Amino acid sequence: MAPLILVRGLRFQYEDGTVALNGVDFRLEEGETVALLGANGSGKTTFALHLNGLLSGKGTVEICGLPVNPKNLVEVRRKIGLVFQDSESQLFMPTVLEDVAFGPLNHGLSPHQAVERAIAALEQVGMLAAAGKAPYHLSAGEKKRVAIAGILAVKPDILVLDEPTTFLDPPGQRALAQLLSALPQAKILITHDMPFARATCSRAAFFRHGVIVEEGSVEQLARRYEWDFVAPRPT
Amino acid sequence: MHHVTLDQWSRGASALHRRDPRVKIASVLVFLVVLATAHRELAWLGAALFAVLCVAAWLARLPLAGALARAGVVLPFTAVFAVASWLEGDPARGATLVMKSYLSALAVLLLVSTTPLPLLLRGFEMTGAPRFLLMVAQFLYRYLFVISEEAQHMRKAALARGATMGGLAGNRARFRAAAGALAVLFARSYARAGEIHRAMLARGFPGYFRPLTELHFHRGDVMFLVLGVFTPVALRLLIERVA
Repeated sequence: MAPLILVRGLRFQYEDGTVALNGVDFRLEEGETVALLGANGSGKTTFALHLNGLLSGKGTVEICGLPVNPKNLVEVRRKIGLVFQDSESQLFMPTVLEDVAFGPLNHGLSPHQAVERAIAALEQVGMLAAAGKAPYHLSAGEKKRVAIAGILAVKPDILVLDEPTTFLDPPGQRALAQLLSALPQAKILITHDMPFARATCSRAAFFRHGVIVEEGSVEQLARRYEWDFVAPRPT
Repeated sequence: MHHVTLDQWSRGASALHRRDPRVKIASVLVFLVVLATAHRELAWLGAALFAVLCVAAWLARLPLAGALARAGVVLPFTAVFAVASWLEGDPARGATLVMKSYLSALAVLLLVSTTPLPLLLRGFEMTGAPRFLLMVAQFLYRYLFVISEEAQHMRKAALARGATMGGLAGNRARFRAAAGALAVLFARSYARAGEIHRAMLARGFPGYFRPLTELHFHRGDVMFLVLGVFTPVALRLLIERVA
């Protein structure tokens, strides 16, 4: 069976000359949840933007067998949902309901169907009560949940979440972990939150200087790269 | 921010809010033409049209004082021309200019305050307005929120570090700091706007906004159209004939 995501030799350089990706190979199979680990600036977010066709580098990226190119962008963006690190940038419509319905409308659903999808997605993330509110009236954690609902409403085959636990309090993080575990889609989580990665991911890939240097279990990579937060001893 | 208030007002549930945007646009256009082309008995006509707009604001359950004050946003611009006319010895022309511009602004404000922007632009689109122009208007409107949010974040950050916001004009150093902050605000807003555009593309944005509500004509819309077109024309004819 073909993998959901297949990336070969992906390279990308920003306009200022920064080499962000330097030959990334990656594969995601159906039902998998993979954590992308690595230091800030190691290329994780740049990699995620390539999956959705928002950036285009050298190498090949295939989503559900479709090469990511201008011809397939509409279909690719229906198959892969990207939740950005900063939810503020993802919420731009006047009300929460309109924002969550934005994706389904763009993918050709009728307004009635889009509203139904939006309501179901908001219910899934526990934000239905905020449907009529303006996004800028929500707390940071609520914005994050609405941003996730906006992606779930499109019913993508793959979810990519960039720093999903940022701004969430511990109960919010637990609820998100439960929600993600219950979703049938394959998922990629970009995170520095190791307990969250352990709770949700079956596999991890470690980025360094624009390449994936190692793949394995979250536990293995956390040990090898000392990627857990350990409080310094008081001197 | 004006646009936040207007956005909240536009989401009301009055009979005026429920009308199809196309009939509201047509009514406002007729109103503007009637007002702009009037040359006789302008004081009476102005008073009558002002009364019509006040009744409309009341029917739309808008705060009248707030609406009247916001329509005054055009006055500083027209006041310049009014003063010039007065200096040239034609004060009546200046007064007419102020009156016409204020009533026009109030009429447009009522249209914007009773129609959510996506629907308003959809209405314009369906009446043949260029799509590109409407897109620019829609983006401009959306990014106003972005700029206002960025400005609020910067203001909080400055206050947290001991800045004071008063007396900028009276202090050269503060004025310079404010000018610098404005440049940073622009740069941050530009970056944020880029992120938003990226998020829109990621969710399949095809280059134009699809409205969540379809437009349909109802009997009430036809009645409103007749009333909206008939009232200003009838008032003008009546006042000019009586005079």
